[in-house]
Amino acid sequence: MDVLLLSRLQFAVATFFHFIFVPLTLGLSVIIALMETKYVRTGDETYKRMAKFWGKLFLINFALGVVTGITLEFQFGTNWSRYSEYVGDIFGSLLAIEASVAFFLESTFLAVWVFGWDKLSPKAHAAAIWLVAIASNLSALWILIANGFMQHPVGYVIRNGRAELESFYDVVFNSFGLQEFLHTVSGSWMLAGFFVMGVSAWHILRKNELDFFNRSFRYGMAFALIFSLFVALQGHTHGNEVAATQPAKLAAMESHWETRKGAPMYLLTVPNPSGEGNLIETLPIPYMLSILAFSDPNAEVVGLNDIPKDERPPVALTFLAFRAMVGLGTLFIVAAGLAWLWRNKLQEKPWFLKALVWIIPLPYIALDAGWTVAEVGRQPWIVYGMMKTADAVSPITTTQAGVSLFAFIAVYSLLGAVDIYLLRKYATLGPEA
Amino acid sequence: MLETTWFLLWGILWAVYFILDGFDLGIGTLAPFLAKDETEKRTCLNAMGPFWDGNEVWLITAGGVTFAAFPKAYAVMFSGLYSALLLLLFALILRGVSFEFRNKVDSDGWRKVWDACNFLGSFLPALLLGVAFANLFRGIPINAQGVNEGGLFDLLNPYGLLGGVLFVLMFMEHGALWLAVKTQGALHDRAVRTAKGLWPFYVIVAVAFLAYTAVETTLFANFLNTPALLSIVLLAVGSLLLLRPFIGSGKILLSWATSGVTILCVTLFGVLGMYPALLPSSLSPEFSITIYNGASSTLTLQIMLGVALVFVPIVIIYQSWVYKTFGHKITQEDLDYHHAY
Ligand code: HDD
Ligand code: HEM
Ligand code: HEM
Repeated sequence: MDVLLLSRLQFAVATFFHFIFVPLTLGLSVIIALMETKYVRTGDETYKRMAKFWGKLFLINFALGVVTGITLEFQFGTNWSRYSEYVGDIFGSLLAIEASVAFFLESTFLAVWVFGWDKLSPKAHAAAIWLVAIASNLSALWILIANGFMQHPVGYVIRNGRAELESFYDVVFNSFGLQEFLHTVSGSWMLAGFFVMGVSAWHILRKNELDFFNRSFRYGMAFALIFSLFVALQGHTHGNEVAATQPAKLAAMESHWETRKGAPMYLLTVPNPSGEGNLIETLPIPYMLSILAFSDPNAEVVGLNDIPKDERPPVALTFLAFRAMVGLGTLFIVAAGLAWLWRNKLQEKPWFLKALVWIIPLPYIALDAGWTVAEVGRQPWIVYGMMKTADAVSPITTTQAGVSLFAFIAVYSLLGAVDIYLLRKYATLGPEA
Repeated sequence: MLETTWFLLWGILWAVYFILDGFDLGIGTLAPFLAKDETEKRTCLNAMGPFWDGNEVWLITAGGVTFAAFPKAYAVMFSGLYSALLLLLFALILRGVSFEFRNKVDSDGWRKVWDACNFLGSFLPALLLGVAFANLFRGIPINAQGVNEGGLFDLLNPYGLLGGVLFVLMFMEHGALWLAVKTQGALHDRAVRTAKGLWPFYVIVAVAFLAYTAVETTLFANFLNTPALLSIVLLAVGSLLLLRPFIGSGKILLSWATSGVTILCVTLFGVLGMYPALLPSSLSPEFSITIYNGASSTLTLQIMLGVALVFVPIVIIYQSWVYKTFGHKITQEDLDYHHAY
């Protein structure tokens, strides 16, 4: 194995792992802030207990979000130093802004929230969790603007042998990054909704603290329902953006080989593992791909055969990840819809409550599948059309990259197992623990 | 001018990080030796409780600013010091989770594991940061391609190691004083005694480091060219010497602040000595990464300066408020608090 492959694996391990904890932080912080606001408004102690109970789970999850985040910031320098040097003028400043605008706010006020229950007025205390919620979502905004630049670079000139900033406005208002932000954040809020719903369902099934968990369930349900619809609708707009900017990725997402007008979408497609063409392609929905990609039944969709071989992403993985994401997205809408329909007779549907517990991991899989589409589908480019991943890697040795990859896998698996064990433990212990 | 401003801000950010997280790393290093029972162990953790994460963000910002303002320095530094940085990273990861995990399972064995992680995660970063910065002062064998020709063990030269020892002592002194600020009774007295006991070693190592620096590095050249800068060295030495009488007179908060001044001046001494290089090459000055060949474009530096001038003061204001709100001495009530570490 070479340094490039090892570094890619390491980046994938580190980011996927970070992103196991990030989405719950993004969504649950908002849900807790809403619960505490309700407490401040009504004075009803149950809402305070809700904020505390979900807050404890939030903190266990947050601990790993923080420590795995530092890795990512270091990693651009340690493993992708040529990339950092080439685009640091633009990319580095976005990361620095994220730290100074969002991370300080987030970590400082989380501590205020944690240690301040008895020291602050209820209003000030609720304000602290709102600041945490705003800051964590702000951090997502800045990092996704940074990622948006890698997906669709704008606002730069090539000067002095590197990409230099030409228009900060263009970089920040890059519609690709803003689409990613909307999509990722709504997916994350949906995930938090399913998390709250699933844990509440577990307790409702056992008739623990019914009032407490029925109320919590409502919060989760609202988030799951609203954002499962939003993520799917907005995902379509996002797809249009990809079609317009990254034709190779779009073609890989659909395993679409022949350039044609009025392209259909095949319900059943099996890509050829050797990487050329499809083994099976049946059940076409006429014009569907053209409509999905360009909102126009007659639009021409470029096929992979018209893209040079060395600029094609890994097709099978991108394709499968996209199908998984969209398939799961449909399932989430159904599940959240049923929860809403049956919200007043949950006790009569124990099987459904059980199913909601088992659904908890699925949004995580959908989010990671989404990132796989976005990142693997961008290959072989690290910055689309500007710099190839192979040219971005650091001049380090195979031993260094290999040892660190191994260490990441070992340390992260251990910590991940401990964290999930603790989350489970405190989720099932309930609010009295 | 813009580059120089950013160079100074870069140095100051590192100094602020050392001053703030320095006491966390110091307490973490001392805790196994200072805390005699479970209550005292928890007191040590809660003395850092509301602060450590906010402090660590200064490191993330210092790293981010290196990336934003001097991308080439970031690239060469982080890839060139790969192994040392990953060690630092893993240590900080273990420290971070140890706070949250430690009291989540009621078992002595479990707590011992996370106590060990907190210790390692404090001691190692202190040592590594010292070794890394001393090696920056001394110069690193970077070649024309910006590749570090040395390995992890080349960093462990006598000067680098002395820098490591200096940082460990500096942070332990600083940590003992913060612990004294935050505690009362037996633990407080032990913390004060520790600060007094460490002080002579701290002075000896600091003086030795300063002398060794004159021999081993070219840091003093800038100071001799601009004698006014020597005031930084004087302030470092002066604050270090005043520290002992301050502790003796029982003015603990003042002593802690004085120790912070020493850390600030030690960092600035090194950084100003390196100017205009961020990463001096020991092979040839031509290969050094300086503010001239390593900085971002003017536009980026301007925008970042705007961001820094607006947001850093805001951060300082709300973090000071947090120190004020949670700066009181830890009581039994604090330890019984449902969210205490
Ligand atoms: C969509 C959201 C998102 C994405 C794509 C990323 N992060 Fe993240 N990150 C967060 C959302 C987030 C967060 C929710 O805001 C976290 C989780 C826990 C926390 O403290 O903030 C966080 C924490 C976090 C921290 C620790 C902050 C602290 O100590 O308080 C760092 C240094 C990073 N991240 C850096 C990165 C980098 C360099 C990324 C790109 C590769 C990245 N994150 C991807
Ligand atoms: C948090 C969610 C993310 C996930 C799960 C993710 C996933 C991945 C994966 C799987 C790869 C490897 C692709 C391959 O080599 O085939 C990768 C590469 C990469 N991604 Fe992401 N990514 C995420 C976010 C980001 C963000 C926000 C950025 C930038 C700000 C980013 C920058 C990169 C870089 C620099 C690489 C390495 C070079 C490369 O292989 O393209 N990623 N990511
Ligand atoms: C159901 C319909 C959905 C559609 C049409 C859709 C569409 C898309 C598209 C086109 C991309 C690729 C964007 C790129 O290359 O940058 C994407 C990425 C992504 N998707 Fe989806 N998506 C859907 C559902 C979901 C769901 C349910 C989730 C998770 C809960 C999700 C999470 C993500 C994530 C995290 C990314 C990567 C980040 C980004 O590019 O925004 N998506 N999605």
